[in-house]
Amino acid sequence: MEFRKDFFADERAEGLKEVGHIRQRQDAVGHVTGRTKFFDDKKTTGLLHLKIVRSPHHHARIRNISTHEAERVPGVVRILRAADVPENIYTMLSLINVGIPDEPALAFDKVRYKGEPIVAVLADSPRTAHEGADKIRIDFEELPAVFDVEEALKPGAPLVNEYHGQNHFDYDGYSHQKVRLGDVERGFQEADHIVDERYQMSPIEHAPTETQGCIAVPSDDDRIDVYSNTQALFFSLDLSALILKMPSNRLHFMGGTVGGGFGGKVDTLVEPLAILGAMMTGKAVRHSFSRRDEMRAGPPRGAERIYIKDGVMNDGRIVARQMRIYFDAGAYSRLSAYGAVKAAAHCPGPYTIANVYVESYCVYTNRTPSTAMRGFGVTGVDFALEVQMDKLARTVNIDPMEFRLINAYRDGDMKAHHKRTEGAALIECVQAVSDLAGWQIDPKYRSYSSRQPGAAPAAAPSPASQPSASAPPPPPPPSSPPPGTTAPSASSRISSMFRRGR
Amino acid sequence: MSQVPIQFKLNGQDKAEFIDEAATLLSVLRGKVGITSPKAGCEQGTCGTCSVLIDGELRLSCITLAQTCAGASIETVEGMDTDGKLHPLQQAFLDRFAAQCGFCTTGMLMAAKALLDKNPNPTREEVVDAISGNICRCTGYEPIIEAILDATGGSAGSYRRA
Ligand code: FES
Ligand code: FES
Repeated sequence: MEFRKDFFADERAEGLKEVGHIRQRQDAVGHVTGRTKFFDDKKTTGLLHLKIVRSPHHHARIRNISTHEAERVPGVVRILRAADVPENIYTMLSLINVGIPDEPALAFDKVRYKGEPIVAVLADSPRTAHEGADKIRIDFEELPAVFDVEEALKPGAPLVNEYHGQNHFDYDGYSHQKVRLGDVERGFQEADHIVDERYQMSPIEHAPTETQGCIAVPSDDDRIDVYSNTQALFFSLDLSALILKMPSNRLHFMGGTVGGGFGGKVDTLVEPLAILGAMMTGKAVRHSFSRRDEMRAGPPRGAERIYIKDGVMNDGRIVARQMRIYFDAGAYSRLSAYGAVKAAAHCPGPYTIANVYVESYCVYTNRTPSTAMRGFGVTGVDFALEVQMDKLARTVNIDPMEFRLINAYRDGDMKAHHKRTEGAALIECVQAVSDLAGWQIDPKYRSYSSRQPGAAPAAAPSPASQPSASAPPPPPPPSSPPPGTTAPSASSRISSMFRRGR
Repeated sequence: MSQVPIQFKLNGQDKAEFIDEAATLLSVLRGKVGITSPKAGCEQGTCGTCSVLIDGELRLSCITLAQTCAGASIETVEGMDTDGKLHPLQQAFLDRFAAQCGFCTTGMLMAAKALLDKNPNPTREEVVDAISGNICRCTGYEPIIEAILDATGGSAGSYRRA
């Protein structure tokens, strides 16, 4: 079998045989001796503990907050409310100019999800912090809540987030991300079979063994030292500076030791309030999620609902694919606008299909705001696509491996995003996996190669893909997207911003 | 809250502290004694990251009242390696890539030590049972089970060393 080395050819050594071998981690000795220092292993004196009072409601107006009783609890040092936060309303991706400020560090007029932070209590022990938090009195007026992405988009649905004014993210004037190639309706008419299905992902909790947290320590040099287990150290630093309206060079973040993250420690949820507490009291402040905080208020993977309608021929060629994706952001944007872009960018999967029509929405609901998790956006789409591929294969009675080989993209094929495929390796992967699994595939498919044109020619935009077997893939065609490829500025700008991804 | 005196042995050394009467052993070890290998993963007795040995028995220090340990002998991972030489379990965890983020590792090592101290030649089932109170979210349990079996000198497992 041929191994592709189209990318990073000069950086990749020949004859690598690392997969399947155990290599010792550089931090492993610290792990097995207990000497690895996680943020909470930092020795500090006079530490204050920060405890958050959270919303018990999914959606409610805050009528009144009373802190008097809590202030009298012995050991309670300071209580933080929205008015104490210099730039209380923020959005995570403002650092890269995506989205509008839509989320308060501490809620003040209303709460939009169960577990939303409202008040922070600083006390001299975890126990007194709990006692203080217990004495905070908040009057709520409950509001109707919406938990379903499609319900949220219907007229008359409760408005989740006033900063957006509607229950979806606005992509520079467009309600969703779009991918368009060819004419799906014509494709469906030609098709021998139509397979129309609905898929639903779950909002999975990362559940790292170490909950998210940090310790903020005022230092002698007029900076605040922050020991954090964030997965995005500089992101957290910049966002903290933004929320606290302070120059970022006054913050000194130390991290890199993360007790499990999986994407769940990307949102900057603990540092800003800990730093604010440290600045207001002059003391070191520890803000660590309890397991309950982590499970209830910690952001999960965004759940996607995905509809796929495919037209397939009896010979196995998929001739049209229409997808509608609803990415559940929960109550606030966080990274979900990006998740929905990734989802759209991943369609229609690694297959060459002449007619493609994709809509991908980032939707607000009164659920816990979602965040990064292990390829979010892509993972959900892949789940739906590959289950769909199996259903299609059964529909036309073709072996599922061979069905993928028939439709696999190849170098030079036009992708739905109007770019030519480069460095394709799906065919080779399927062949290798079939061998390893002892799965018989027809010799005809053995001879397939990603470098040669396939059986499923891309009918739509010309020129058709005809790269020679050895030549590098042709350059992308001049960008003049056909009518229907809307929002090019928005989608291409956002996509390029996100290209580095996590 | 009133303070009470307590004496116990930690990794063979005598310790004496004044502690809150309601303090957990985990908070005393981490906050007072400065031992950080037991971790606070849940503080409600469900994850096993705070595991220590009390008089040779595996215990969750987050739900152990420190006062009840008066006179007891407590072991933590800090006491496992001697004179720069790793305990066979520690070495096996290194060799088998049984620690990824490391947050569960110290608790796993305690659970494994509790088993091997009593039963030097456990079956795979006994190993699985011994760590059944310890959650790992990164490494996966197979390398951990294999490491523990390796430390006994023989591997009965099915994990394939490449
Ligand atoms: S911290 Fe003790 S069991 Fe989780
Ligand atoms: S190595 Fe991370 S939880 Fe086990």
